[in-house]
Amino acid sequence: MAFRDELRRVRAIAWKDLTTERRSKAGFNSVAALGITMLILFGFALGPDPEALRHAAAGAIWLSALFAGVLAFNRSYQVELESGALDQLLLYPGPRWSIYLGKLLANLLFVGLILVIVILVGIALFQVRIPAAWPQLLGVFVLGAVGLVVLGTFYAAMASRSRAREVLLPLLLFPMLVPLLLAAISASRALLGGDVMHEAGAWVKLLAAYDLIFLVATLWAFEYVIEA
Amino acid sequence: MPTANRELAIDAQGVARRFGARWVLRGISFQLQPGETVGLLGANGSGKTTLLRILGTMLRPSAGAASLCGHDVARDADAARRALGFLAHSPGLYDDLTARENLKFAAMMLGLDTGHTLDAALERVGLGAVRHERVRGFSAGMQRRLALARLLLRRARVLLLDEPYANLDAAGITLMNEVIADAGRAGGAALIVLHELAPAAGVLDRTITIVNGKAATGAAAAAPVAVEGALT
Repeated sequence: MAFRDELRRVRAIAWKDLTTERRSKAGFNSVAALGITMLILFGFALGPDPEALRHAAAGAIWLSALFAGVLAFNRSYQVELESGALDQLLLYPGPRWSIYLGKLLANLLFVGLILVIVILVGIALFQVRIPAAWPQLLGVFVLGAVGLVVLGTFYAAMASRSRAREVLLPLLLFPMLVPLLLAAISASRALLGGDVMHEAGAWVKLLAAYDLIFLVATLWAFEYVIEA
Repeated sequence: MPTANRELAIDAQGVARRFGARWVLRGISFQLQPGETVGLLGANGSGKTTLLRILGTMLRPSAGAASLCGHDVARDADAARRALGFLAHSPGLYDDLTARENLKFAAMMLGLDTGHTLDAALERVGLGAVRHERVRGFSAGMQRRLALARLLLRRARVLLLDEPYANLDAAGITLMNEVIADAGRAGGAALIVLHELAPAAGVLDRTITIVNGKAATGAAAAAPVAVEGALT
């Protein structure tokens, strides 16, 4: 029964976050615009060579998603800081992990949508050929997005108590995401290139392990970072 | 460590709090019985809100202990929160949700059934006609009323109210006093941070005054007097 109550709280948080985001619209539009702008800038930096663009596509897509994601994670707690809603949120009885899980689900959907837009634009801009192993590639994007959102949601909570949260979040988050980005970019690049060296599997295992370890760790630790 | 007394609605024993090197509270002790309504007075910066936030489980005391209905606010915060209704100075509402959606969210977080309770609470605070409007367009007084409606969703055993009359018109002040009086009749205790006694004069049993964060004093509401208390 208590667990059912917690699931209800998770649903309430996710519903609230997604409803406020859907209504404000400005957040989604600006985050999506940042992701697309990043892709265009990477395109300019790489030059017009189609082969160079294709080779760099995986990295450009993941880094664009990362920068856009940081904006999204900051926004997720900005809503709570307005009008003292975070204090009110912490006044509700019940374990803190349900707040984290609710925010994580909402961010997963939000960043997932951004990632879809970034991938589609990236495919067009970087002249990417859809590989035969596209379901596996989709799996890599899902695992990468989960890892990104798990840590992004967690560190955004930690940074939310600081006045310099916009600067603090990337400083905390980016070093922690290096293994995830390495695995996601390498697996994506391998699958886009036909995975002739059969290396994608190892990177996917690393991604899955990363997601699982950090999901468990952040669920446990969230209580300590969100309390004043 | 003093033993928490389940008979008491609030039991503060030597509560102290410092921010950096500055002690804001220096050993405040007082008790509230169930059904009692007490005003918390003091000059600006005297630590009234800090004390309320400690009792509301939002801050940990640097020294001393406090409990709500026998539950230590630091060590047993979750149980203390279940006894608590808190009205902060900021309304803690979501601008892009409607009035009813804000209450629905609160009800879901509190594990309450959503439904007619929400509409009844909105009617009670006079926001029934604007229940489907977004809070973004509400005045400060309307937001205060909505925060009060959230407080009405469940019967809290201890009400902690931080300047509850701020931004309220005469009808709003009357409504606030009705809610406080109702809570008192049902056995709930209320601790109310006040800048002036006048709006709450009809509902207070006594007052406590914080003087320079050093002492808590209790007196009858009609004649609040500052008396030195135990210092840590």
